[in-house]
Amino acid sequence: MLRIEKLSKTYRTGDKALTEVSVAVPEGQIMGLIGPSGAGKSTLIRCINRLVEPTAGKVMLGEVDLARLGTGELRRQRRRIGMIFQEYSLVERLTVMENVLSGRLGYVPFWRSWLRRFLPEDIERAYRLLDRVGLVDQADKRADALSGGQRQRVGIARALAQEPDLLLVDEPTASLDPKTSRQIMRLLTEICAERGLPAIVNIHDVPLAQQFMQRIVGLRDGRIVFDDRPDVLGESALTTIYGAEDWQAMRQGDDEQAEAEADAARRMAVLAR
Amino acid sequence: MSQPAYPTAWRRPPQIVKDRRWRLALQIGILAYLVLAIGSLEVNWERVAIGLERGQRFVMGFLQPDFASRWSDISRGLVESLTMTLTSTVVGVLISVPIGIGAARNMVPRPIYLVCRGIIAVSRSLQEVIIAIFLVAMFGFGPFAGFLTLSFATIGFLAKLLADDIEEIDETQAEAIRATGASWWQLVNYAVQPQVMPRLIGLSLYRLDINFRESAVIGIVGAGGIGATLNTAIDRYEYDSAGAILLIIIAIVMVAEYGSSYLRKFLQ
Repeated sequence: MLRIEKLSKTYRTGDKALTEVSVAVPEGQIMGLIGPSGAGKSTLIRCINRLVEPTAGKVMLGEVDLARLGTGELRRQRRRIGMIFQEYSLVERLTVMENVLSGRLGYVPFWRSWLRRFLPEDIERAYRLLDRVGLVDQADKRADALSGGQRQRVGIARALAQEPDLLLVDEPTASLDPKTSRQIMRLLTEICAERGLPAIVNIHDVPLAQQFMQRIVGLRDGRIVFDDRPDVLGESALTTIYGAEDWQAMRQGDDEQAEAEADAARRMAVLAR
Repeated sequence: MSQPAYPTAWRRPPQIVKDRRWRLALQIGILAYLVLAIGSLEVNWERVAIGLERGQRFVMGFLQPDFASRWSDISRGLVESLTMTLTSTVVGVLISVPIGIGAARNMVPRPIYLVCRGIIAVSRSLQEVIIAIFLVAMFGFGPFAGFLTLSFATIGFLAKLLADDIEEIDETQAEAIRATGASWWQLVNYAVQPQVMPRLIGLSLYRLDINFRESAVIGIVGAGGIGATLNTAIDRYEYDSAGAILLIIIAIVMVAEYGSSYLRKFLQ
């Protein structure tokens, strides 16, 4: 589905953020991207929808090379890529509904979006998605009136409103507490499973990644140093990715996590049936 | 292990000029210049005495303001001023919104940015009175010159503050809208406008307030309005009418001031 070939990015300051990264994400796979700060995780996912311009390489989404599109065609292709952000990135002074509907901006002409006259099916879809993330009764509230977890749910609904073929998720849990983080990760994985949607999830929390991802790619200094199933991710692999640091502390599970894991396993089992 | 002896005195280190001698020289230099500058002022005390007497008459006029005898002139001037204020603010805001967006570095390509910043720089560098004199010479005495002057001045003020505000928006919100495949206009409408709208409204109200005050000033150089009436009154030595006009101006400015600050608070 998504095939990245020899993608490189050198910033104007001369920093090499990515060096010939090649990776493919098949349909329905949720891929976790881990690595220390500055490893190029954010740059990699932003190179896919060209919020950051790659310096060299190909980004093939289906048959289209995203790295080589002009502005008009790029806008049309961006509709196929839903993105979920670290700080939710909702437009705070707009209502929840407007935020979800903004996922349709690439599909409607300017006058419709300006007058807020979206198509009936867009509005219906927005309500359905809000219901799916459990916020249908908050539709008319302003986005800044919601809590962190609720905002991230709206962010997910906005990305899904695009009817995307691919989800890019940038540190979805970085500003959430541990319990809410798991709820959000669970919602994300459930939705991807429901729709067979491939996703790249940028995540710095290794235990969380191991718990929810089907595949983990480790990035260090702009190169892929690990690419395998989460249960293969052991001590030596983590040392390769993060260096000889005290990453063991990150793995120390608490009761809540064990409980959450069991809960997640149950839910996934229900879903698989 | 013996305790190391820590100093018991501490002074804030100098922040700007590090060298003590330079600091001293600079302070003496500034003092010397101040003394010489005051010494060079020529004060004609006789003239001051006459002026005090005139000032006294002026103050007396204030204490016994005459609203009645020139009321038709005053009311015409007021209506002119208020019309000028409102129309010029509306027109100025309408023009400065696109210029403000164009002058925000994060929104437009560099050439457009430079052109819009250029317009703002021209508008800001010319003081209202100077533009008013120029426009009165072009279009003749009266409120039309005043309207143009205030509109022009509004552009420099509002477009600059709006542009600075747009440059400081939360970029991640804009990034999220851009990632949905939104066009440039949709980006402005969905990501920028919600973030800057309250401030734009606040600034417009504030400018309304400024424009009324300025309309009194530019009236003196012939651009119509209450300023022209005031000028006539002073020229005729009718200090009681002048006092009445000044009191009205003060009252309206205060009402506008409190009104706009209340509205802005309400909008936050």
